[in-house]
Amino acid sequence: MLPEQLTAASFAAYPQEAREVATRELALLRRLPLAFLPLLLRELIVYDWKFPAERADLARQFQYLGKMTAEQFQAAMAAFVRLKLTRELEQIDWVNKPAIFSEQLSAHLWATHQIDSFRAAAVDYVQKATASGPDPAMPTHRLGIAAIGQGVAKNDYRLFRKLRPQGTYFTQVRAQGGMRVLLDAVAKRAAAHAAPYGHWYIEGGAAVAAGAGVTCISYEALAAPRATLQARMQKTYEAAVFDPEAFRTMLAQIKPEEAGLAGSGDAVLNRFELSLLTEGSGTQVFATTFVQWAAREALRRAQPVTLLTRYAPRQREKGMNELLAERERAPELDPRGSLIDADMGAYYTWLNQQRLPGDDRATFLAWFEDHGEALAIGPQMARGKQSDGPAELAELVARIA
Amino acid sequence: MGNADRKATSPREVSQAIALSRRNFLRTVTGAASAAAFFGPVAGRGMAAPKNRKAVVVTFGGGARDDETFMPDGQENIPHLLNELMPQATFLTNVVNKGILGHYVATASIVTGVYETFNNFAAVSPNNPTVFEYFRKDLKRPATDAWVVAPSNGFARIGESGNRQYGAGLGAGVILPKRLLSAALSSAADGARYQHLLRDNYETPLYAPTLAGRQIELDQMADVLKLSVDDFAAHARNLVSPDELSVYIARHLMRQLAPSLLWITLHDIDIAHSGTFSLYVDGIQRTDRLCAEIWQTIQKEPEYANKTTMFILPDFGRDSDIDSGGNGFQHHRTGDAVSRTTWMMVLGPEVKQNVVVDRGVESTDLIPTLGAYFGFDARLSTGKRIAEVV
Repeated sequence: MLPEQLTAASFAAYPQEAREVATRELALLRRLPLAFLPLLLRELIVYDWKFPAERADLARQFQYLGKMTAEQFQAAMAAFVRLKLTRELEQIDWVNKPAIFSEQLSAHLWATHQIDSFRAAAVDYVQKATASGPDPAMPTHRLGIAAIGQGVAKNDYRLFRKLRPQGTYFTQVRAQGGMRVLLDAVAKRAAAHAAPYGHWYIEGGAAVAAGAGVTCISYEALAAPRATLQARMQKTYEAAVFDPEAFRTMLAQIKPEEAGLAGSGDAVLNRFELSLLTEGSGTQVFATTFVQWAAREALRRAQPVTLLTRYAPRQREKGMNELLAERERAPELDPRGSLIDADMGAYYTWLNQQRLPGDDRATFLAWFEDHGEALAIGPQMARGKQSDGPAELAELVARIA
Repeated sequence: MGNADRKATSPREVSQAIALSRRNFLRTVTGAASAAAFFGPVAGRGMAAPKNRKAVVVTFGGGARDDETFMPDGQENIPHLLNELMPQATFLTNVVNKGILGHYVATASIVTGVYETFNNFAAVSPNNPTVFEYFRKDLKRPATDAWVVAPSNGFARIGESGNRQYGAGLGAGVILPKRLLSAALSSAADGARYQHLLRDNYETPLYAPTLAGRQIELDQMADVLKLSVDDFAAHARNLVSPDELSVYIARHLMRQLAPSLLWITLHDIDIAHSGTFSLYVDGIQRTDRLCAEIWQTIQKEPEYANKTTMFILPDFGRDSDIDSGGNGFQHHRTGDAVSRTTWMMVLGPEVKQNVVVDRGVESTDLIPTLGAYFGFDARLSTGKRIAEVV
């Protein structure tokens, strides 16, 4: 099937809101090249479970493409049209399985040395579509907070090594009741600047009460869905013939309720949590990976103005000798390794935050939990400086919140 | 820094900047000289190669970035490369892999000297002749003279291509130590207990390809390596990682068969796919140590000492922190310059010491270079001989 053959009936299997958007934009969709359209449909098919920021982004893309003259449209799509695809790709049910199509398209582009051309075209398109309209108004500046190193008594790793050039490094932070201070700051911002999915708390262990208006997810609360998904993966693995494509399709088709994720009554959040476990690598096993990936995805998709991440110790990776010597026993934790993971995770969260609109006003705090080290970034913080005087965590937070 | 994406910088510029930074750093650390000052007698040696030369190729796999190796923050992770091996080596700072960035297909591309395009996760042979086939056919070497030690079942066919002029019976023997260990343990062990240890790879941890290569099986191990199953399993209990097992097997091969061409593919670093930075760094530190141990073994074994050249190179890098399409060190999916730009270290009695080569080469250049070293013609390779080392 080719894009020009699309009709409203092509989207009969789409969820209601996605179907409505597809029908409304049908004339535009029919003009898009095959190397581009399924990638847009991959976003559209899950429209019903998109965050408000994602919906706004899709609307901006449709507006950007729809406003163009014929010549502008041709120029915007030229790089995608030039890509050489195959008959096999055309024959995939890309309307209903756009994720499968995009995987196979990706493999084809790598194999035919077209991946660099595609990448350049995609980057160019995203930049132009993003610049085509004003950024949505933000209720306040963006704030990111990362609490790292829970459970580490003594540390010899040089913390915040990648973040230090961006802000001020504090070495004598007094932080009694520190997590409560951070959670209260998040709750205060949520109350003052209410917005759906605008304020997040991502917890690597068991979540602490975070207040109204704060979207909260935790690794521990997802223990049952994680176990369910791992059991499914294991079953597929043990099949007589393992088919990687079928495996990916199986993961993509799992519904939140099948993984035990329908309990909260928030279908959008349930879908998001499911995606963390089915699309993330390592998120099912390592709590540190879960927090970093969840923060990345929350920033990319929901674009919150407040994000608090708290890393908890992950399970320890056992050496080969230990695995051979020991009987099965409860996983041990690795606080020191988790601190190093979290230090890098905090850096990645800051990087991802800075990719969003309002980066020039955004602030960030990384704190070694229950210790005196913290790093604060923001317009009001000197870059590349160290402060060895005593500082209260609450005051630091107040300066950047 | 404002917006974190690097703007208006082409992949080529990024690649050159990386090479420049690395080169400057290495000069500071080692006082290494430019290859231009030394270029000369070593070049052009070519086809009249002595018959008793040996080569050991180690892929510093799977996928290490400059940030965690040769950049200032990474130097603490590679003390052996920097302090022990670098002063004895010619170091190429700008090795680019322009092919598919999957570990099996990328290693196959290095082995054939042609960018292979098959599905990384398919149980297939490379399409083009491997270095082992050129080596054995042109030089009329026996099967025992070329071996591969590889990390996972996915590499079972790495030793022999599907090319009709070469192929069947002309390739290298392949040893998959994890598979041997799995077989050694299967009678007494609980499969689930060892599943984590014996997983096939880190990229798709649930995929174990069907084996159809010329890999040796457990019952051949005693004959080939003179190593009993009990000794092998007992030794494995004292090792921390699968790469340590690979090096253990490689040492046995060197001692028992002394192959002239030995290819060791390390892979512990690829645990980065789990998203755990500390385990990724542990993998780099271990690989650094193992590279030094392999070099020490070469110096100690009479069959290898003073006649062996060792080539160390990553198969490719990993995604950069600044590319929003990736997730930093975790994967190698974007194809950005950081994930494609690596290095190569070459050591041996005929190699200039403490020299840095700045010009760009490709990972496919290794096989024609080995051809010049041994005296075979890698006629279907698209790579070019690296004259600075051979």
